[in-house]
Amino acid sequence: MPESIADLVAEHPLLAGLPGDVAALVAGCARNVAIGAGDLLLSEGDEADTLYMLRRGRVALEVRRPGHGALVIETLGPGQVVGWSWLFPPYSWQFDARATEPVGALSVDAACLRAKAEADPAFGYELMKRLASVILDRLQAARVRLLDLYGEGSREGDDRGPRGRETLAR
Amino acid sequence: MKTSFAEPVLQGPGPLVPHVYRVVDRRRETEDVVTLFLEPVEDPGFSFRAGQFNMLTAFGVGEVAISISSAPGVQGPIEHTVRDVGAVTHALCRAAVGTAVGVRGPFGTDWGVEELVDEDAVVVAGGIGLAPLRGAVTHLVDNMARPAAARRPGSRTHEPGRGRGARVVLLVGARSPDQVVFSEDIERWREAGAEVETTVDLADRSWAGHVGVVTTLVASQQLDPARTTALICGPEVMMRFTARSLLEKGIDPDRIRVSLERNMQCGTGLCGHCQLGPLLLCRDGPVVTFGGVVSHLLSERER
Repeated sequence: MPESIADLVAEHPLLAGLPGDVAALVAGCARNVAIGAGDLLLSEGDEADTLYMLRRGRVALEVRRPGHGALVIETLGPGQVVGWSWLFPPYSWQFDARATEPVGALSVDAACLRAKAEADPAFGYELMKRLASVILDRLQAARVRLLDLYGEGSREGDDRGPRGRETLAR
Repeated sequence: MKTSFAEPVLQGPGPLVPHVYRVVDRRRETEDVVTLFLEPVEDPGFSFRAGQFNMLTAFGVGEVAISISSAPGVQGPIEHTVRDVGAVTHALCRAAVGTAVGVRGPFGTDWGVEELVDEDAVVVAGGIGLAPLRGAVTHLVDNMARPAAARRPGSRTHEPGRGRGARVVLLVGARSPDQVVFSEDIERWREAGAEVETTVDLADRSWAGHVGVVTTLVASQQLDPARTTALICGPEVMMRFTARSLLEKGIDPDRIRVSLERNMQCGTGLCGHCQLGPLLLCRDGPVVTFGGVVSHLLSERER
């Protein structure tokens, strides 16, 4: 028997562990979508009207570079979410998001979700906490990436001698 | 993990005199990383365990500690993978076929992969950190019972008598796609059944792997803490963050092994240059358990 939207919503890590009626609130705004490889989920500048909860496949967040190919700044996979520019005005996507392989996702109508969150502050707070946790994780990951984790010479040990380190300080 | 530093002391002219080896082949891995294939000129060579290192001499320039990047027990030249970051490594990276190179060793502790029978291994490598892990991954993959493709997620049933019913999860992080070393090995391990994920900090659309930090790859793995041992090698910050992600997954700190390094000079625990807290890393390392003192040492603030 195919699972209901409410089941799929409740299974997603974003809402894991929440009471069934909370999942049902989100499910009321959600539909199950399939996105073909290469298709855009979000397009920079377009109205941000959707939260995608990924179930299958992989999505690349891209920055357009006119005259060059797009730059991929992050890839996201099953269990993760795509899109939070719908949270605040002007509700406009900041990046492109492209399916790099066939993607299965729950597509949640943002206006519907915002309305329910406004109407039910307890639900709204819980939703905001879940999203803030995701955003925090991504911010931390971005900060770690700023460290240039594998950067040139940061593993001085494959030059374990002092000379290597002098060069690093250069 | 055992030390073998005592072994070379009893052989030949002593542990501080390099044996002469010759570069018989070389392979450029990335713009500034070269693998040297070395064969002994006179002595019969040595046996080693995956994760140990040698002191390599570029004659007339100096000596530097470099991990052995080939697998133990394999016939033919031994490999060392060197990044050009200093005077000695620069000379080594430029060494042409036929060049004489001094070799002392092997020194230090190893990854202890032979102990990991019937256990899952998650191996996390950052940048050139894959080099010291290469022999360990080769051993783990060669001793897997069945390819991962034949198993369903969550049904890792072990069949007695069929060897390891274990998983090998290899997570590789690099700055950019052209900085990923040993791509051919990575493909071979994948085909042999290892679960391999690669991630880079930034890429264009031609990159088929992930984009993001290697710690996020750890977070997305389904691991069984009761039977998983982690091997991590890369820059210290990367190892610390990776270890933290593994701890959040419930992996015991005593089942996390990291490869550390300081200024290795003598290789025999005598000179003290490579001291880190209570450890002399040329002797007690490079491979150490993350639990206990090491986790504190790695997050200590410099005064």
